[in-house]
Amino acid sequence: MTLTLFPPTATPEPQAPLQPQGWLRYFSFSVDHKVIGLQYLVCGFLFYFVGGALAGMIRTELLTPLSDFMPRETYNEVLTLHGTVMIFLWIVPVVNGAFGNYLIPFYVGARDMAFPRLNAVAFWLIPPAGLLLISSYFIGSASQSGWTAYPPLSLTTPATGQVIWILSVLLLGGSSIFGGINFIATILKLRRPGLKLLQLPMFCWALLGTSILVVLSTPVLAGTLVLLSFDIIAHTGFFNPALGGNAVVYQHLFWFYSHPAVYIMVLPAFGLVSEILPVHARKPLFGYITMVYSIMAIVVLGLVVWAHHMFTSGTPPWMRLFFTIATSLIAVPTGIKFFNWLATLWGGKIALNSAMLFSCGFIFNFVFGGITGVALAQVPFDIHVHDTYFVVAHFHYIVYGGTVFVIFGSVYHWYPKFTGRLANETLGRLHFVLTFIGFNLCFAPQHWLGLNGMPRRVAEYDPQFTFVNQLSSVGALLMAISTLPFLINMIYSAFAGEKAGDNPWRALTPEWLTSSPPPVENWKGPAPLVTHPYGYGEAPQPQAVGASSP
Amino acid sequence: MVLVLIGLWVGQNVNLLPIDASANAPVYDELFQVLFSIGTSLLLGIMGLLIYSLIRYRRLAGDTGDGLAIEGNLPLEIFWTAVPAIVVLFIGIYSYDIYERMGGMAPLNDHSVHAMHNRADQAMEAGMVPGMAMEAGDGPARVWAGISPTGAGADVVKVDVTAMQFAFIFRYPESGIISGELHVPVGQAVALNMEAKDVIHAFWVPQFRLKQDVIPGQPTLLSFTATKEGRYPIICAELCGPYHGGMRSTVVVEDPESYSAWVTKNSPAPLPVSVSPANSVPLQS
Amino acid sequence: MTSSSVPSPISASAASPAQAADLSVADAGAKQGAEVSHQAEAGHGEEEGHGDFRLFGLATFLVADGMTFAGFFAAYLTFRAVNPLAEGGNYELELVLPTVNTILLLLSSLTFHRAAKAIHQDRTQACRNWLLVTAALGFTFLGGQMVEYFSLPFGLTDNLFASTFYAITGFHGLHVTLGGLMILIIWWQSRQGGRVTKANLFPLEATELYWHFVDGIWVLLYGILYLL
Repeated sequence: MTLTLFPPTATPEPQAPLQPQGWLRYFSFSVDHKVIGLQYLVCGFLFYFVGGALAGMIRTELLTPLSDFMPRETYNEVLTLHGTVMIFLWIVPVVNGAFGNYLIPFYVGARDMAFPRLNAVAFWLIPPAGLLLISSYFIGSASQSGWTAYPPLSLTTPATGQVIWILSVLLLGGSSIFGGINFIATILKLRRPGLKLLQLPMFCWALLGTSILVVLSTPVLAGTLVLLSFDIIAHTGFFNPALGGNAVVYQHLFWFYSHPAVYIMVLPAFGLVSEILPVHARKPLFGYITMVYSIMAIVVLGLVVWAHHMFTSGTPPWMRLFFTIATSLIAVPTGIKFFNWLATLWGGKIALNSAMLFSCGFIFNFVFGGITGVALAQVPFDIHVHDTYFVVAHFHYIVYGGTVFVIFGSVYHWYPKFTGRLANETLGRLHFVLTFIGFNLCFAPQHWLGLNGMPRRVAEYDPQFTFVNQLSSVGALLMAISTLPFLINMIYSAFAGEKAGDNPWRALTPEWLTSSPPPVENWKGPAPLVTHPYGYGEAPQPQAVGASSP
Repeated sequence: MVLVLIGLWVGQNVNLLPIDASANAPVYDELFQVLFSIGTSLLLGIMGLLIYSLIRYRRLAGDTGDGLAIEGNLPLEIFWTAVPAIVVLFIGIYSYDIYERMGGMAPLNDHSVHAMHNRADQAMEAGMVPGMAMEAGDGPARVWAGISPTGAGADVVKVDVTAMQFAFIFRYPESGIISGELHVPVGQAVALNMEAKDVIHAFWVPQFRLKQDVIPGQPTLLSFTATKEGRYPIICAELCGPYHGGMRSTVVVEDPESYSAWVTKNSPAPLPVSVSPANSVPLQS
Repeated sequence: MTSSSVPSPISASAASPAQAADLSVADAGAKQGAEVSHQAEAGHGEEEGHGDFRLFGLATFLVADGMTFAGFFAAYLTFRAVNPLAEGGNYELELVLPTVNTILLLLSSLTFHRAAKAIHQDRTQACRNWLLVTAALGFTFLGGQMVEYFSLPFGLTDNLFASTFYAITGFHGLHVTLGGLMILIIWWQSRQGGRVTKANLFPLEATELYWHFVDGIWVLLYGILYLL
């Protein structure tokens, strides 16, 4: 063994002389999946704050029933950017690009992803695309047609902003596709010898399913937006009824991607929760095989339910019925996963730390959102609440209450691995309490608003809704405040937190069987063969030859 | 059991919806109650299990052992696959029944009873939709979406609705009235022929529990029967531009006498009296 | 969306010295030689125990690319079903030129296959010749498309059918152009001995896969746009 080349001391890992060292790595075209993962994470959080600021502007406008905080066109720009930034620059990159890139090579027992340079390209598409999108706001010409960009509205609003929006989304979609290709190749082709597919941690299955969705559906959005841009620039009439086109065809094509997009956002979160709960409950993940089947069922079903976003648009009744049934059916595999998670907790030894708290918050919020989702799947129910604040409430329960809670939980869970230090638990719990209360205060009342007559994407509303809107805005303020303990914790603990050691949680998955942070090649020596990533409660498994010692 | 009872109670007694003012609104509310009940039971049940686990199985200080090494339980998993599947299928089929009772499944394009206003009119109004299926002299223009009047006789009040940035214009073809407010008699079926002029809008009356997107180039038909007199808001429910939030109108449901009086008062004499607040309405000559 | 993820053979050996050092350490440590994957592009594919997965990656990318076309085809078919053009609006497309083009493209796939077979038999010159023929056929196809475009009675914005026709055939034409350029690049590289050999098959095989994909899409396009 030539391990003497890399003595396990406190000396910094020798990087290639040609590559930047230390923190500069994170600003370079590094091909190391761990560096790229953290680049995605920090970049994503920066865009999260941008999107959050935009949300703050929205909730400020909605404090009063009149449109009196900003010009109406600006308000429409703000809501468009809020949605677009949150989806394409925050959630999709972070759950896939950040956690996926960091963890998958560890989980399959590889030194890096299948295509490391493609990986770096995929990341470096994000900052310019994001800056392009945000800059459109400052030149007074951002897209005003919502993140859905329905024609003919998107054909009549200022063209510059709309084209910039399209270009930005095309770049971000491309980034996502490159990532998806990388994950599929890595998971299917790069597994350590002796490691079978059904021995992989659940997060791998989640990312495999997600990446299949990415590869199949994102290109359709790309094609659609290209056609939309033709309509804007070349005055073709694909979606312009005045020129013989069909606006509903756009909706079909758009939602063919954008419904799987929500699974692209949530499936990785499901995977992450499946990693976090067993560790902090010290119990195996319940029902591994059914969890795998559920993921695959969600992938398949997720591709055939898009038109439930179009129940009032003018689809034939038989079509609406089909989509009602298909959408309702997705609740079954999703429900199975939740029951499995509950069963994972049952009989365990649960530590109520930040990671676990956020995961439990996820369970509550997502079940709530899932129930309103099943309601929305029913055509007659949806007719009343489509395009109202009921829908806004529903999807925020899913994306924020669901995925974002998991992102926070995951940050707390893997923070020791990323940085080598423990985050402060008190601040973490405070963060959780503020976020949970603020989030529910902001979005729960919005269900009532929608049911009683408040449409979405409006700056002015019926004065009877004033008090409830103000309540919601207070919740949003709490959410904003909750980022403070989080940020303080993250920054302070990186410098002064208690050293974490290799495996502060005594977890069993491969990333914990190496130093914190890990060396460039992930493990000193060969990758450990972990055939029971959830083997809590069993006798310790003999690790394969060369497992690194703490 | 307790959960079911709580759910049922909540569904019956917690009223989250506005007043119901159309024939299909109570049908809708019935569905809402069922969904609300089931949802409440489920949420409380799952939360109960979660909180119970967190308390009962919390890790005690100093305990470094593991929990039970249970990896699965087939009968249990079959149970919680089958039960949700049944519940979900029940909800789907039940909502299909509700939708049918609301008139949603009725065919849209074979109603000669309320033939749409004639071809020439439509071509003139639609003006800029040359790509549409407009085989000349071929019968009523195709309806692309909406809800047909169920079992209505010849007594249907027909109104042509034009949605534009940022107003709704209502034309009564039989009496020639053009208005910015929708007046309808209580208890009588109303059929709205809707089309948009520029971008996609949506016609929504919360108290009727009805909404329909109005899409340029795609005439849609929305029918309802109002059951309670009053003034209710008509809200645009599809982002249509900066003034989307202010795009509203009113539907005035009145007893038949008042309605007739309104019609008489507002019917055009030789020249059409424009009651509409909006501006560029093409006048009929 | 038309960018291919084929890494340029020119930069294949860009792995940094330290990564090469990592590689050798890990290789020394793990006799099975299994896990390393940093420098997949440098032609190490076969030695790794995982097989060369770069073609797999390309195939996945082509699935994605195919889905873009699928979206276009779906739009086209939906428009035809739901927005039929007014009388006289449906253009009858000439079939002679497109059929000839189809044959050309199919032939070019055959010649590319010949080129690949030649390189497997170490007949570099034969391979190069077949590559040139393939490129020639490909660019003739493009020429044919240009001729057709100029002879068509409708322009991009004339009506929905016209727009969709140009969008789909144009997008395909972009792919053909890219593929043709890649063939020429491989041909050029093959002039220097040792770049295109049995041992370094990936660039050739990748371009071949891409070319067959482009050909397959054309067959579908021909069927849907011209024959239907």
